[in-house]
Amino acid sequence: MSRLLDEREVAALQEAVRSWEENEVKAFLARQAERRPEFFTTGDIPVKRVYTAADVADIPPEDFGLPGRYPFTRGPYPTMYRSRFWTMRQIAGFGTGEDTNRRFKFLIAQGQTGISTDFDMPTLMGYDSDHPMSEGEVGREGVAIDTLADMEALLDGIDLEKISVSMTINPTAWILLAMYVALAQRRGYDLNRLSGTIQADILKEYMAQKEFIYPIAPSVRIVRDCITYCARNMKRYNPINISGYHISEAGASPLQEAAFTLANLVAYVGEVTATGMQVDEFAPRLAFFFVSQADLFEEVAKFRALRRCYAKIMKERFGARNPESMRLRFHCQTAAATLTKPQFQVNIVRTTLQALSAVLGGCQSLHTNGYDEAFAIPTEDAMRLALRTQQVIAEESGVTNTIDPLGGSYYVEALTSEYERRIFEILDEVDRRGGTVRLIEEGWFQKQIADFAYETALRKQSGEKPVIGVNRYVDGAERHGIETHPYDPTTAERQIARTQRVRRERDRARLDALLEQLVAVARDESANIMPVTIDLVKAGATMGDIVERLKRVWGTYRENPVF
Amino acid sequence: MATNPIRVLLAKVGLDGHDRGVKVVARALRDAGMDVIYTGLHRSPEEVVTAAVQEDVDVLGVSLLSGVQMTVFPRILKLLKERGADDMIVVAGGVMPDEDAAALREMGVAAILLQDTPPQEIVDTLRRLVEARGER
Repeated sequence: MSRLLDEREVAALQEAVRSWEENEVKAFLARQAERRPEFFTTGDIPVKRVYTAADVADIPPEDFGLPGRYPFTRGPYPTMYRSRFWTMRQIAGFGTGEDTNRRFKFLIAQGQTGISTDFDMPTLMGYDSDHPMSEGEVGREGVAIDTLADMEALLDGIDLEKISVSMTINPTAWILLAMYVALAQRRGYDLNRLSGTIQADILKEYMAQKEFIYPIAPSVRIVRDCITYCARNMKRYNPINISGYHISEAGASPLQEAAFTLANLVAYVGEVTATGMQVDEFAPRLAFFFVSQADLFEEVAKFRALRRCYAKIMKERFGARNPESMRLRFHCQTAAATLTKPQFQVNIVRTTLQALSAVLGGCQSLHTNGYDEAFAIPTEDAMRLALRTQQVIAEESGVTNTIDPLGGSYYVEALTSEYERRIFEILDEVDRRGGTVRLIEEGWFQKQIADFAYETALRKQSGEKPVIGVNRYVDGAERHGIETHPYDPTTAERQIARTQRVRRERDRARLDALLEQLVAVARDESANIMPVTIDLVKAGATMGDIVERLKRVWGTYRENPVF
Repeated sequence: MATNPIRVLLAKVGLDGHDRGVKVVARALRDAGMDVIYTGLHRSPEEVVTAAVQEDVDVLGVSLLSGVQMTVFPRILKLLKERGADDMIVVAGGVMPDEDAAALREMGVAAILLQDTPPQEIVDTLRRLVEARGER
């Protein structure tokens, strides 16, 4: 196999490095020590003083590859941002459908090219707005959706063929997908022309974000049903967004984020292929979601390694033949957990650097966090500035003019291959220990995430992990003087009024018949839950009607917390 | 002091599942020698107060990142009062605007420990609060 350098050249280069360490470096260190005895990435991978061609000499040249060609290390598409920039997709959600619809239209007017929806906690967890568990939470951290009527208000006046709609929702994702389908059909759209994404990644919920309703098996089955339904009926729609973001935000290292996400991928692909569907029938629409953390080069290496690992897994493990099944596409969001309250304006700088790593890492869409998100959900002003950050990177910085500009950097290439090696090591361990689902049940992932979170807290405390304004350059006299997003106290009342109107106006007998059908479908493991759910939302079922009825069939999940 | 470790019940109330912070706190307090019970996720104020009273803890710590602090804490304080346990020290953790933190202090929440509070500071705060309250 041809390498970038032959053995003799590598040996000569290594000799030169040794001599440099012995002479220049040693003499310099005698006068001034380095800042610390050893250097590591945020993810605890050792970092050398300098990288040379010798560090990448063992990497097969085909692993570097070219953009749009297997193994896609350098990017999923052959022209990347030279054709079109990533989708600038700021997430929004608060109040009722109408309230969030106004924010969507504001963002579109500001140049945003896709929309992304945050739901309130009751919607995420499957409670209607008038359920006692919903008190105080209706429309607070996201938009409240109980019925199809809410969805119609949310997407009113938005052309679904032009604007892709992403929905960040998991245990109840299939109901939102059903509402989206019902709405699209009512408006006369061709489902195969609509693009968008539902997150629907339930396994990372048990691992990290902790929004779950049912036990793992029926929950994964619902995900399977979304994937197969979309493969057959919505050719351009991403039925799942396999997410590392929340794993990272729960405290995992970047390496754990990458490896655990791919462990979830392996579980989903296994589940869908078990129905007899071929991998190439659905894999081209699998999408991913990662965080961009603070360690810029490590993040770029992470994204590049993820693309390479995914390509190899899909080809070698699952026998994919279509290159589109091997091409990892991802949404990215800057790291909310890095935002600080003290000197909150510094968050703009943090977010800019994190966004840059996402772009240098080749993301397909990006959300940049608002500077005020350590206080509350973001204001319009914070979102405008966050969007402008992306626009500056895209249109002023010049980094988008060539593809994968860090490709060929000795450091980034070496770190990319190191990430690949370590990711496969973790995936092998997951296989050896019985697979993703079993290890979730044992708390194996959860414990590792909690360990790294605790380690990070201690490192911040000791100052080993610098956080500007928090453990360095602290301004004791600080007054925030920040205007945060207000919560409209009439939200719950307005929302509940509509839900109750839908309940009054629907045909109860038809609803009951459909709910019986839902139970039958739920009990038949081989059936697909999507069609009956679409009929239900059209018939005026609330999210709570559907979720509660299925709790009686499947029961609920309660985790045994490990820390 | 060594014979009588501080007893703490930590809880997540409401629907949000963000448990990174509460688990870090649980571990820091445990490592500092306190008795720590963590209820897990999605608890109601009633469940949490019942557990705290039954376990006869010194400190009840409630973590929230869903913005419902102004609904949850008044109810917890009221329930504690009804059960004659209003000498229990209530501590809030999570993400919230400054004005809410000030309002919670006003109504009797003993400390608001937000994101990025160093673990040692949390340990010290709890020790100080328990000491200041004195023997029950």
